[in-house]
Amino acid sequence: MTWETVIGLETHVELATRTKIFCSCSTAFGGAPNTHCCPVCTGMPGTLPVVNRKVVEFAAQAGLALNCEITRYNKFDRKNYFYPDLPKAYQISQLYLPIARNGHVPIVTEAGEKEIRIHELHMEEDAGKLVHDPWIDQTRCDYNRCGVPLIEIVTEPDFRTADEVIAYLEKLKSTLEYLGVSDCKMQEGSLRCDVNLSVRPLGSETFGTRTEMKNLNSFKAISRAIKYEARRQIELLEEGKRVIQETRRWDDNKDATFSMRSKENAQDYRYFPEPDIPPLELSEEYLTSLRERQPEMAEARRERYQREYGLPAYDAGQITAQKALVDFFEETVALGAPPKEAANWMLGDMMRRLKDEEMEPKDMKLTPANLAALIRMIAQGRINRNTASRVFRAVFPDNADVETYVREHGLEQVNDAGAVEAAVAKVLEANPQTVSEYRAGKQKVLGFLVGQVMKQLKGKADPKAVNAALRAALQ
Amino acid sequence: MKITTEMVDYISVLSRLKLPEEEKERMTGELENILAYMDVLNTLDTSQVEPMSHVFPIRNVVREDEVAPSFDREQLLKNAPQRDQEAFLVPKAVE
Ligand SMILES: [Zn+2]
Repeated sequence: MTWETVIGLETHVELATRTKIFCSCSTAFGGAPNTHCCPVCTGMPGTLPVVNRKVVEFAAQAGLALNCEITRYNKFDRKNYFYPDLPKAYQISQLYLPIARNGHVPIVTEAGEKEIRIHELHMEEDAGKLVHDPWIDQTRCDYNRCGVPLIEIVTEPDFRTADEVIAYLEKLKSTLEYLGVSDCKMQEGSLRCDVNLSVRPLGSETFGTRTEMKNLNSFKAISRAIKYEARRQIELLEEGKRVIQETRRWDDNKDATFSMRSKENAQDYRYFPEPDIPPLELSEEYLTSLRERQPEMAEARRERYQREYGLPAYDAGQITAQKALVDFFEETVALGAPPKEAANWMLGDMMRRLKDEEMEPKDMKLTPANLAALIRMIAQGRINRNTASRVFRAVFPDNADVETYVREHGLEQVNDAGAVEAAVAKVLEANPQTVSEYRAGKQKVLGFLVGQVMKQLKGKADPKAVNAALRAALQ
Repeated sequence: MKITTEMVDYISVLSRLKLPEEEKERMTGELENILAYMDVLNTLDTSQVEPMSHVFPIRNVVREDEVAPSFDREQLLKNAPQRDQEAFLVPKAVE
């Protein structure tokens, strides 16, 4: 039988506000345990939550960017559960009237274009961190993350492959980064994804029993977990067994999913309207002003880069896929670097370094000013391309100043015609055999001679000038 | 609606309450009375009435996104039944 995998995603994104959703405590990452806390976010009796204006703005902006209908009359609800990561014993979330609904996101995979429908997007608060201390056999609670604003974005079960899921997540990440509403760092947990997955015979209209996978900390883990879980479910069904609806935890080291305690699966949240927060009404003027402030997104920018800067479609696509690259590129160009040159350096030498170092563009130390300076030195004929690549590699890790580096290592190009001619004469004299081969019509040996002259000049000459000087001398 | 002992057990688990047997008995009756009163309310036609979630006619109570100093940790931890130097302590909750 041919099986079809059906996947839906629930993505939690931490918003990049300065303060928490219901109190004025800092959202800064790190910090000693329980130092970003107050009576509100530690759930002390008698405290009242007050909504952070920025959270509503960010959530509405994200909803608009995901082509959602924005709910004009918003309310919050209480989701009740006893677990010490939430000291109030309930999470303030939105169940009945989420801020955004019915959106869609176009994605592109090797299989073609596709639209993923967004079921809803709602605002809620994050929970604290629990660490079990085996020494005292007790759990320690750190509430610094408690009350950090989140949006949860729920898709319809529209995915059929891991590739589609990754394409969607990359698109979502890029969109949220463009908006500046989140830094989307998976390692720090500011973008977290739960995967709902079921399988069914191809062509079937009804859904199979689904499982929910948690603890997916990277795109790679998500992709592997989807493939593993689909195979596991298909094997069960083919053996005549059934899939149990449950939450499963992905173990990155064991490369498998494991059932979580069934206690956590049997949940009854008894939602009810949050009485401490009055409704939020979003006016048409407010939404219009948000629409007007919406930044230029990836597609629009990609087209503009092709049109204005003459970048090839592929290059423009590569740069606009990540907001960090867009910022770097635009700043480099603003500092006078020709756009095509800037793009070539970024997609060539820079991407190679990032890949080798397994680094994200936003974590890199190299600045646009330094790359612009390097490009300028080539344009001025002060270093050649080979040297520039060496310099790039050397300054990349710590953003050492390229001008200083070139000066201190004596890498400036020899532009003195006399020095080049002297080197040419020396090489011709030392290689009479090759010279006569060249004169006998064996043009290919010129490359060898160019190499010898460059060696004489310690690689610091302009290969074009060397080439010309050699040809002239061999005439 | 008939309230069974199993239902009372389920609700007390959700509320983290340990009810003695005789109280469970009393609870079934009390909860049945409460639901019976809901049935009385349900006889009213509310099809034209917006559900109310807030008593006061206030909207859009928001604050600016400006950091204020957090609370003194020592003061916060003082409220905890169990604590150490920097954290609240609870019975084992994670593996
Ligand atoms: Zn607080």
